[in-house]
Formats: sequence, structure tokens, C-alpha cells
Amino acid sequence: MSGISAHFVLRHAGFEMDAGFMAPVRGVTALFGPSGSGKTTILRCLTRLEHAAGQLRVHGELWQSETVFVPPHRRAVGYVFQEASLFPHLSVRENLLYGYRRIPAAERRVQLDQVVEWLGLTGLLERRDPNSLSGGERQRVAIARALLTSPRLLLMDEPLSALDAQGKQEILAYLEILHRALDIPLIYVTHAMEEVIRLADHLVYLQQGRVTEAGALLPMLSQPDSPLAKFEEAAVVIEVSVGALDEPYHLARLDFSGGALWVGAADLTLGRQLRARVQARDVSITLQPPQASSINNILPATVTSLAEAGPAQMNVQLLTGANVVLLARITRRSCDALGLMPGMVVYAQIKTVALAV
Amino acid sequence: MPPLAPDDWQALWLTLKLAGVTTLLLLCVATPLAWWLAYTRRWYAPVISALVALPLVLPPTVLGFYLLLLMGPQGALGALFQTLDLGRLSFTFTGLVLGSMLFSLPFAVQPIRNAFESMGRRPLEVAASLRAAPLDRFFSVAVPLARPGFLTAIILAFAHTVGEFGVVLMLGGNIPGETRVLSIAIYNHVEAMEYTAAHWLAGGMVLFAFVVLLVLYLLGSKFRVAR
Repeated sequence: MSGISAHFVLRHAGFEMDAGFMAPVRGVTALFGPSGSGKTTILRCLTRLEHAAGQLRVHGELWQSETVFVPPHRRAVGYVFQEASLFPHLSVRENLLYGYRRIPAAERRVQLDQVVEWLGLTGLLERRDPNSLSGGERQRVAIARALLTSPRLLLMDEPLSALDAQGKQEILAYLEILHRALDIPLIYVTHAMEEVIRLADHLVYLQQGRVTEAGALLPMLSQPDSPLAKFEEAAVVIEVSVGALDEPYHLARLDFSGGALWVGAADLTLGRQLRARVQARDVSITLQPPQASSINNILPATVTSLAEAGPAQMNVQLLTGANVVLLARITRRSCDALGLMPGMVVYAQIKTVALAV
Repeated sequence: MPPLAPDDWQALWLTLKLAGVTTLLLLCVATPLAWWLAYTRRWYAPVISALVALPLVLPPTVLGFYLLLLMGPQGALGALFQTLDLGRLSFTFTGLVLGSMLFSLPFAVQPIRNAFESMGRRPLEVAASLRAAPLDRFFSVAVPLARPGFLTAIILAFAHTVGEFGVVLMLGGNIPGETRVLSIAIYNHVEAMEYTAAHWLAGGMVLFAFVVLLVLYLLGSKFRVAR
């Protein structure tokens, strides 16, 4: 069997974990959940930096069972820690080559000049003191250092959390490049919704040491009662292509099966495939088609289900076009005032659409 | 040229030899001990810590007294050495080395332990995830990162052994070329009212101690700046 299948059981003072999940061979699996839910502990168990009972199989190889324990340094795992944790006594180049030199030459599938190109490290290679790098640069070196061990599984533990907003965007862009360039499965721990939406293909949701939900990301995003939909940043992702351009107004029409959205976009080319993100709080509902509105995107839709998103808020799942699902975050009062019920035909007004390239 | 007798030069050489051998052997003992103390979570670790620190507070004569009992021909260690045909321990250079190691143990263990503790586990975990085996991690990551601790330990252990008196007197006596180190030689000179010679030796040791401490503090500030 390929991919990763893991199950860990751990009990220490004040913390109990009993979590099992699978991750596919390709793509990014996000371990997502509130802090203290055991996300980092699972990564540490995957490398055996933390000892838990259980089973772990990676690409058909048994790494842990009741009788088998492969020690950390024999596992082909790349681990990117929350803080870059570069070795301060080694230069940038020596940091990069630390792991590379320790694997057999025949297993070196990733080369130094490749990662230097992927992660834009050309100018940093000869720096003597890693502490002189910026936070984003340090994290790029740490990612490159992990990749140079030619891992069969890549783990990242909130690699953006120690960075400022600019550093976050910089690393996110590099991670998206890697996502497309590599065929190494990545397990990515985060508690930031934006990172999940931009990077993840699969999602494992953890609560108090247990997996409460797991599966492909896009269907999970559009479930009004999923834990993801309760977040302030709850959003759905729609696969679209650029169908038309309105040059004078700098707008682009994004087509999806059975509908279209207009967005302000300067540098889109016709035919390009994209992921459009529509946040639930940017979608409002009217019963009649608005006559004169500043909102560009008004789509006819059918209410398919409703769920509470908080004491005052509701999530309304809407079906529009051919099988495209939206979520609308409205107040419970509005929901009652409009008398929304599954099956009703309404109009969804979408204020903004973000593009994830 | 200071007016020193050949006996005094011999005492000086013996002191340096004792301090050198002690420091070298002590590093081999203190490093694993410091490592264990820095990372263990065993309940009895504080007991071991206290035992290691004991020589700091005990009068050297107390330490020397028990060591004499232990290393004497009737003592457990002394008897063992004689059974193994390794010679006597009391009133020999070997005995002095063993005694000095115990006497200076906290000065070697503590700085190394502090260095390991302030480094934390993270660098070692990173090294493990980069495929370094345990011993490899120790030499390629732990030792270079704990270098200031090792330097401090070496300097302190060496200097502390040079300044030792009580343990030597109890354990080794006053045998020229075998156990008569500088501090004993000074004591002899004073007893014999040879104040000039005592001055040269004592003054020399004051200077030596000062230089050692100065180097230590200079190193300290250099490492702080480097961080």
C-alpha cells in the first residue's frame, strides 16, 4: 500500500492522544486544529522524536509497530521545525549539506543546485553566520536542508508562525512552488485557515488528541457544519478558468460549470486555470434579485442546508450553477427574517473573491 | 631568575603535571556525567547533582581524610589497586590524581552541564531528523555548541587543581617529585622561615590565578558578543 497510514496512542500527564489517519502519496495533508490538540505531537511521533505506541507505515515500509521501531536517524523524513533551528556553528552551505552528506550517495535524489533554485538561495549560500539571515531566509534554508536528505515524507510544523506578514507571504509562495515541483507527500501542521486553503489538498482535523474529521479539503470546506466552517475565515474554493476580460474596467470573468464571477484582476490571461476563494462572510442572501446594486456578482442559488456557526451566526450552504457550493455567513436573525429553509431559491451576493493561484 | 632551588622547580613541574593529567581525565568523566544530568528525568538526578557538588562545600581535609581511608592499603580502592598489581594509591602520584579529580569534579561538570542545558534538545532533534546517529549528533552538534562550557570547565578544573592543598596533604603527604606540589612547597618554606622563596612561589600563584580568571572573563564576554 502506498501513502502514509499512522495510528498513535500516547498518554502523559494531562494529555491523551489516540489518533489515526491516512495521508495520500501525492499532495499536502494539513493537520489542523486548535492549539493543544496534538498536531505537533503527531509530527514528533512520525519522526519518533516522541515515543508513542501504535503503528506507522510509509509507502509500504513499516516504520513502527509493536515490535518494530525505526530510530529517527534511519527514517527518510524531512522535518521543518517551527523555528528554523539552523546550526549556529555552521555556515549556510554547511547547514544545507549536513543531512545531504549523511545519506548514501545512491539515495540522493535532490541536489544542492536544485533546492538553491527552488528556494532562491543563491545569494545566501556563502553566508557564514546563519543568525545574520532574516526569519524568512532562515526558514527557506531550513526547508532546503530538509529537502536535501531526499525524504520520502516531508513534515512541517507551523513553519510560518515565527514570521512576520511579509515573511509568511514569501514562504507561502515558495511552498506553492514546491507543492507543484515535488512528488514528496507533505504533512503540514497549522492553525491558520489561510495556509490550509492555499496549500492543502487533504485535511485531518484534530481535537483533544483525536481525529474528528479527515478527507479531501474542498468538500470539507463547503460543509456548513464542519469544524472548518465555524472559523471566522471559513471559505469555499471554486476551480475556475478565465473566460473573458473587461480591459477598460480591469475585470476578468472567471467561469465555472454553470456560472461565472467577475473579479478585479490586472494580470490574468484568457484560459488560465485558478482557484477562487469565496469567504462565507462575504456572501449575503436576498430573496429577490436586487435591482440596482454595486455588487458585481449575484448568483441564483438553492439553499441546501443550514447550520449554526455561533450563538448569533448561521452558515447557509447554497448550490449554484452545476454543482458549485457556496457558504454564506449570516446572522440568525436574518435567517429567521428571510425564513430560509432547504429547497428555497435565493440570490447569493458575493462581495469579494480572492484568487489563490 | 627567581632564587628557586631545584626542589621548587620540581614542585612546579609536578603541579602542572598533576593539573594537566587531572583535567584530561576529568573531561572524560565529567562530559558523560554532565550530559546525563542535563537531560535525564530520573527522580534520583538531584541526589547525583548534590553528590557531585559536595566537594564545593566540604573542607578539603574532610575529603582527604575519607579518600585516605578509601585508598589506604586497607581501603576498598587501595586494596583493589594492589590486587590488580597497579601499585599503591596513598602517598603516590596516582592517588593524588584520583583525589584531585574528585576535588575538582564540580568545577568540570557544572559548566559543561550548563552549556548542554542552555543548548536544549532542539539542535539534537534537528540533527537526528537530518540522519545523524547519536554519537555523530554528539560530536557534530553538541560539542561545538557547548564549546564555551568545555573551555570554562578545562580552565577551572586546571586552576582549581593547581590551588589544591588539603587533599594533597592528607592523601599524598610531602614526597619530593611524587606528591610535593607547589602549595605544599610553600607551606614547607614558611615552616622553615624561608620567606623569600615562599614569596616567589606564592606571588607566582596569585599572578597565575588572576590571569586564569581574566582569561575566563574575557572568553565569557567574547562568547556573549558572538551570540
